[in-house]
Amino acid sequence: MTRVLIPTGALGLGYDRAALARGIANRPDIIAVDGGSTDSGPSYLGRGVSKYSRASTKAEWRELMLARAEAGVPLVIGTAGTCGADSAVDWLFDITCEIAAETGQRLRVATLKSGQPAARVKAALAAGRVAPLFPAPEISGGLLDACTNIVALAGAEQIAAALQTGADIVIAGRTTDTAIIAALPLMRGDHAGAAWHGAKIGECGAIATTHPATGTIQIDFDAGGFTIEPMATAAAATPYTVSAHMLYENSDPFILHEPGGHLDVRGAVYTPLDGRRVRVEGSQWVPGRYTVKLEGARIAGYQTVALALLRDRRYVAHSREWAADVQARVAAQIVDRMGLAPEEFTLELRLIGMDATLGPLENRQGQPVEVGVLGIVTCPTEAQAAEAGKMLNPYLLHHALTENEPMPTFAFPFSPAEMQRGALYEFCLNHVMELDDPMEAFRLDVHEVGHG
Amino acid sequence: MVEIGQIAEKVRSKNAGPFWLTVDVFCGSPEAYARIVAGLDTAAVARAFGVEPQAMKRFDIPDLNVVKLSVPRPVIQGTRADRDMHGAGWAVLVEEMRIA
Repeated sequence: MTRVLIPTGALGLGYDRAALARGIANRPDIIAVDGGSTDSGPSYLGRGVSKYSRASTKAEWRELMLARAEAGVPLVIGTAGTCGADSAVDWLFDITCEIAAETGQRLRVATLKSGQPAARVKAALAAGRVAPLFPAPEISGGLLDACTNIVALAGAEQIAAALQTGADIVIAGRTTDTAIIAALPLMRGDHAGAAWHGAKIGECGAIATTHPATGTIQIDFDAGGFTIEPMATAAAATPYTVSAHMLYENSDPFILHEPGGHLDVRGAVYTPLDGRRVRVEGSQWVPGRYTVKLEGARIAGYQTVALALLRDRRYVAHSREWAADVQARVAAQIVDRMGLAPEEFTLELRLIGMDATLGPLENRQGQPVEVGVLGIVTCPTEAQAAEAGKMLNPYLLHHALTENEPMPTFAFPFSPAEMQRGALYEFCLNHVMELDDPMEAFRLDVHEVGHG
Repeated sequence: MVEIGQIAEKVRSKNAGPFWLTVDVFCGSPEAYARIVAGLDTAAVARAFGVEPQAMKRFDIPDLNVVKLSVPRPVIQGTRADRDMHGAGWAVLVEEMRIA
């Protein structure tokens, strides 16, 4: 039997402290927490940084490090620093060293890096060992070179290698959400289908229970299945909350692909043990080729944005034609005065209050009180984006619907009205790479940290 | 005719990775589930999202009273044309769909 304590769905999201304390008192074999996902967009991977503040991350990580010391078991984090790039692993490693020094802990820390040099992926592509998933962008050697970061998603094998170093703490770069939870049960020979299924149910912490914000859950894995129990006394796991979690952020609720195979939960049976614990049996692990998913981000231009507010009734009523006129005039001016070709830049005005969320897919119409005009200009360089934003400014402030009316002025919430967003990043890989040895694309280092 | 959102407990959309969007219709009861399963036209959903019908996945899950619809994201997450980084806003296209 292997008991895995999951403090929260992601480091930085918070949890119920009493629930965590209860989990530690239950003597887990390992504490596993997720550190990121692609869900916040490509900028984090592109820049190799965390979306959460350093102070918040350090505060929560310190609590987990102290809980780990009390339990005397390994603490493992996957996809450190939101994106799991090598620089994000280094960032969390630095925080870990600071906390170790501040709390007088002496630790063995394993870092697992998932970053991929473009050359490795290019060689695999040339050897026919990179395959597209659906839908996948076209890739080439040039595109791989243009990525600011490429990562491969580690699975249970790489986490197991990190745990086998005897590490107190494992800081892993990009991993599958499930790998950090499934690794130890698999190492100990618990049911493989249960290990992956329980890991998927547990990867978001208490989201699979009646009280998602309490965070902390415990999963017991054994030879026949797994049992989930929330650690907050108010929370309950029910067959519904547990099985419904297979829907979450998953395009197929029954099949989950991992390095080296896939999980099939079509035969799973969810049984309530009491009002708040659920037993799950019958899920299957189906072995397959050893492939790791790739993620990459590259710079797709530089952006400047500006926001203006239309409150005048006539302008609200005619906001679409007004915006189209501003767009056409400013785009012409960018071509004329900056020398950019029309295909080198985009200028878009999104009308907040009309269809800013859905754009061309919007099928409702109404008369809003006011309309926010979000101007977005994207150019090849940052300097060009700044220039183009300044050309947009006077039109957003003063452009009149007709020529024979007094010059109008609209509301600008800021000075300057334009905001430089810096680089726009795009995800550009939805591919898998085949490996002979799970460790060949990953780097494991062991560090002795702190003062004894 | 009734909007799906008027009889379902909740309609939720989220990214399923940067390239897919998934919409979960939590019907709330076997009666609402039966009505939504019968009335929800998969091709109409594909049209509402502007995607090819054959690229869509649909799962009718009676154990949960859930209908799950997954589509290739109408625009890839985070590209310059994307308007909704987490994909949560698209749920309304199903929520406001009218069925018999």
